[in-house]
Amino acid sequence: MANTHNPDMTPGLVNAYEPGEHPDWPAPSSVKGPAHWIKTNLFGSVTNTLLTLLTIYLLYKIIPAMVDWMFIDAAYTGTSRKDCEAQASGACWAFIGTRLQLFIYGFYPEAERWRVNLTAILLVVALAPVLYDNVPHRGKALIFTVLYPLIAGVLLVGGIFGLEYVATDQFGGLMLNVIIGVTGIAFSLPIGICLALGRQSHLPVLRIVCVAFIEFIRGVPLITLLFVAAVMLSYFVPPGTNFDLLVRMLIMVTLFASGYMAEVIRGGLQAIPKGQYEAADSMGLKYWQSMRLIILPQALKIAIPGIVNTFIALYKDTTLVIVIGRLDILGIGRSSLADSKWQGLSTEVYVFVAIFFFISCFLMSRYSLYLEKKLHTGH
Amino acid sequence: MFKRASIVAAAAAVVGIATGAQAATLDDVKARGVLHCIVNTGLPGFSYTDANGNWAGFDADMCRSVAAAVLGDGDKVKFIPATGKTRFTLLNSKEGDVIFRNTTWTFVRDVDVKLTFIHPTYYDGQGFIIRKSKGVKSAKELDGATVCIQTGTTTELNLADFFRANKIKYTPVPIEDSSEARKNYLADRCDAYTTDASGLAATRATFEKPSDHVILPEIISKEPLGPVVRHGDNQWEDIVRWAVFALIQAEESGVTAANADEMAKTPPNPDVARLLGAEGDLGAMLGLDKAWALRAIKARGNFGEIFESNLGTKTPIGLERGLNALYTAGGLQYAPPFR
Amino acid sequence: MTTTVDQGSATARGEPNVLLKLWRNKETRSVIIQIVTMALLFAFFAYIINNAVLNLQALGKTFSFDFLQEPASYDINQTLIEYTSRSSHARAMLVGILNTALVAFCGVILATILGFVLGVIRLSNNWLASRIVYVFIEFTRNVPVLLHILLIHGIMVHFLPLPKQAISVGDALFLSNRGVYAPRPEFLDGFGFTVAAFGIAVIAAVIFRRWAKKVQEDTGKIYPVFLICTGVIIGLPLIVFLISGSPLVWELPKMGRFNLQGGVMMLPEFLALWLALSFYTSAFIAEIVRSGIMAINKGQWEAAGALGIRRNRVLQLVIIPQALRVIIPPLASQYLNLTKNSSLAIAIGYMDIVATIGGITLMQTGKEMETMIIVLLIYLSFSLVISAFMNWYNKRIALVER
Repeated sequence: MANTHNPDMTPGLVNAYEPGEHPDWPAPSSVKGPAHWIKTNLFGSVTNTLLTLLTIYLLYKIIPAMVDWMFIDAAYTGTSRKDCEAQASGACWAFIGTRLQLFIYGFYPEAERWRVNLTAILLVVALAPVLYDNVPHRGKALIFTVLYPLIAGVLLVGGIFGLEYVATDQFGGLMLNVIIGVTGIAFSLPIGICLALGRQSHLPVLRIVCVAFIEFIRGVPLITLLFVAAVMLSYFVPPGTNFDLLVRMLIMVTLFASGYMAEVIRGGLQAIPKGQYEAADSMGLKYWQSMRLIILPQALKIAIPGIVNTFIALYKDTTLVIVIGRLDILGIGRSSLADSKWQGLSTEVYVFVAIFFFISCFLMSRYSLYLEKKLHTGH
Repeated sequence: MFKRASIVAAAAAVVGIATGAQAATLDDVKARGVLHCIVNTGLPGFSYTDANGNWAGFDADMCRSVAAAVLGDGDKVKFIPATGKTRFTLLNSKEGDVIFRNTTWTFVRDVDVKLTFIHPTYYDGQGFIIRKSKGVKSAKELDGATVCIQTGTTTELNLADFFRANKIKYTPVPIEDSSEARKNYLADRCDAYTTDASGLAATRATFEKPSDHVILPEIISKEPLGPVVRHGDNQWEDIVRWAVFALIQAEESGVTAANADEMAKTPPNPDVARLLGAEGDLGAMLGLDKAWALRAIKARGNFGEIFESNLGTKTPIGLERGLNALYTAGGLQYAPPFR
Repeated sequence: MTTTVDQGSATARGEPNVLLKLWRNKETRSVIIQIVTMALLFAFFAYIINNAVLNLQALGKTFSFDFLQEPASYDINQTLIEYTSRSSHARAMLVGILNTALVAFCGVILATILGFVLGVIRLSNNWLASRIVYVFIEFTRNVPVLLHILLIHGIMVHFLPLPKQAISVGDALFLSNRGVYAPRPEFLDGFGFTVAAFGIAVIAAVIFRRWAKKVQEDTGKIYPVFLICTGVIIGLPLIVFLISGSPLVWELPKMGRFNLQGGVMMLPEFLALWLALSFYTSAFIAEIVRSGIMAINKGQWEAAGALGIRRNRVLQLVIIPQALRVIIPPLASQYLNLTKNSSLAIAIGYMDIVATIGGITLMQTGKEMETMIIVLLIYLSFSLVISAFMNWYNKRIALVER
């Protein structure tokens, strides 16, 4: 095109472009610009046009009503449902506002809540070296990460170092979701690695045991495992022994998560080219040496997005503790509804908790996507 | 793996693993200085947390009386809220010393589940609540109705038997906890809601317009509700039993929280003298001191006072004494002689 | 153990310790590891079983499944088979299994349809629709499924009208907060002919399809197989039905004193669970479908176009069969998840396995061990059946390399 000679052009003026084709000129509105974009992207064909109109109609029906209920016609202050109804006909956010502390800390004693906050801050410190490569003194920071669960346990439960003892049945709200989610993932990682290696082992007994365990865990719903924790696990410890329901729950959640973790890590292991295994062998490394120095560092790196996704799934599943009577953020919301002053506000509670989960899970899934992209360019 | 083992060990150490030694409950309670009392998670009138977060209600007050008898102070109680599913586990694992949580005394629970029932502090029965606008006068008119029930209790068995015996059809809506069941009833998901009659009255009191709802006359079961202790500790069983009887006897003898001290000084008759420790030493036989019953009565009043202040006709719950009146007033409450 | 010692040199050096020697030999070492694993495993199981026996003894309980034969004495509101409160606990369990199977089956179908539609819209070049679906997918899958169930159930119970003001569609279909009521077919004498005609029509359609395929392979002539088959399968029974005098009446739901009576009823609990599971799973399926179609090389479209195949036939004959290979394995695990998530029914009172045998039966009989073992085994077998089916299907459509 560019070199076609145009006979209509004035001789002497060598013009290599068709009219309207000069690269310095703006494109005509029919091939570029908002009008064209709308035409191709919204009204390209008959079905497309219909789809667009249908979507616009749905948006028109849903969005104004939703915004109205949630923001414009909502009540933000008040001490009972009647207060809210007197102010506005929409959502009654005053209910959430007055109970926000309960939603976050559960029944944790008010004077001791700084310990929860401190644990949360330390969690960020402990996670930083895992999630970002370029943290200063990464090696030392990682030691802190490994010790973190112990520190967190001591901080939250107390009873030593002059910290007041807080019974675990006072844990609740968002705090409980985070505790269960983080513990589940942290402890399931080493177990998951062992299971994944076991599943790939050439020793038939090890392989069968690992496969059986993984398939069992993946074959049953989490809530049945939680029921087992609540009613059955105490039968399996020596008579007279009795340990905390939260600990029993954490054990079952950890086992549950490790079944899924094993599969994620197996994916990572399988993605390592065979040459890496052979290279490790040819260097004369023993099995554990080659795993520790060559295979696992690579496999885990590949598996990180999968691990984050497993965490998101587990984090969402922590809401299930409600079925065995523990009050997480959703459970606190539901039980607050029993208050006769606030009866009948279930939609507000569910919407609030849903938005909360959406924001936190969405951010985490974005992070996992970012990691995936980063790993992709590396290869 | 190290991390895991250490956290479990740490948690176990902190929480305290209860092993070995079958210590007597009384010694445990005295050593601890606090009575651990298992109560309902929230049933208006019986046990619930008030606006200040304190436990209140009929069961909670009875529990304080026992604490006063044993420890000398009615406020030395730790309330452990429990669901229908967890109450017996909490008792058997020694996390609680006694259940004051409207628990029905049945053969299987007494014999097979190995619990010891003290005495029915509240004679109850299962009933129905329904909206007045439905125009129902009797439970036998409920043919084709939808009924909300709380699962895991004797109520669903009674319900099935009642409808089967009367050859009428219904749709049960089984719900895990009572507050959810109430919510479903209020949303008119169910025509009727069934539970113990006392619970119905308590529930109705929390409704916006209690007068819109009616409790049907049929009582379809016997539900003697009372405190429960572990099987096998006879001394502790006696203490809880006679603390309850002391409250009943006090009502019969006219001893109240207000006049108890005076009565102890100048007992009007030998019965009261023995009850309040002015004569004889019944307390020592229980392993307590002489003034045990006096303190129990002074804590929250006698049986009648506790009933009236939590459940009676002047409260929002508005229950008549009915079967729970003293035998002298045509009820079933009767304390064996204190001698 | 700093230097690498292979088995040959170890033997050559003649280690004094026999055990060490065995350990250094690769083959005996693996045998030792396996024996130790087995021993530890057996010891562990022996330990916990022993504890369980001791604990049960201490509580005076026995371990037996005899309670399954005793009457359950509770009622269930949705029964696919005959059941009364006098039926046994085993029967109640069966009712629960069927209820789980029903909601899982319905959920899988709706989730698949929704998921494919959403996935395709997500890929369409309609910017607006694609964005909206994106928002829907992200919102749906980032909110716990339990919350979906509670939210939908709450909306149904609180915002749908009471039975007396039920939304009715042509006085046959009623929508209220007590559930959806539809007419129930009642088959009169002579309906058997129609059933027989339907059977014959299906067989005929299968035979025709085979024949048409053979003709196509031999001569290249294409018959409108789908149209003809549908025509036969619907047409033949319809003609027989009309000839035999329409032996079918519909029982319409009518307002009783409290509820609508008669007809087929779907409980709000079932509907809420079904819809919530379907929405939640469809968001995941949509993403799977999208990535499956995107995984197909653009060259496949162009190659098929170059062969002169029409665009919709390209999708049907070239793209979808290839995309399915990518889609099926993750789809299978989504079906499994949906089935497992159906156990959340207990939160709203739908009578599935967990609510019947694992709920009311457990609490009425106090047989925690026995009932929990049964529940776990039932879910395991559900999972095994689904993965076996999906494996079989996956194998059937797998790329046959010649």
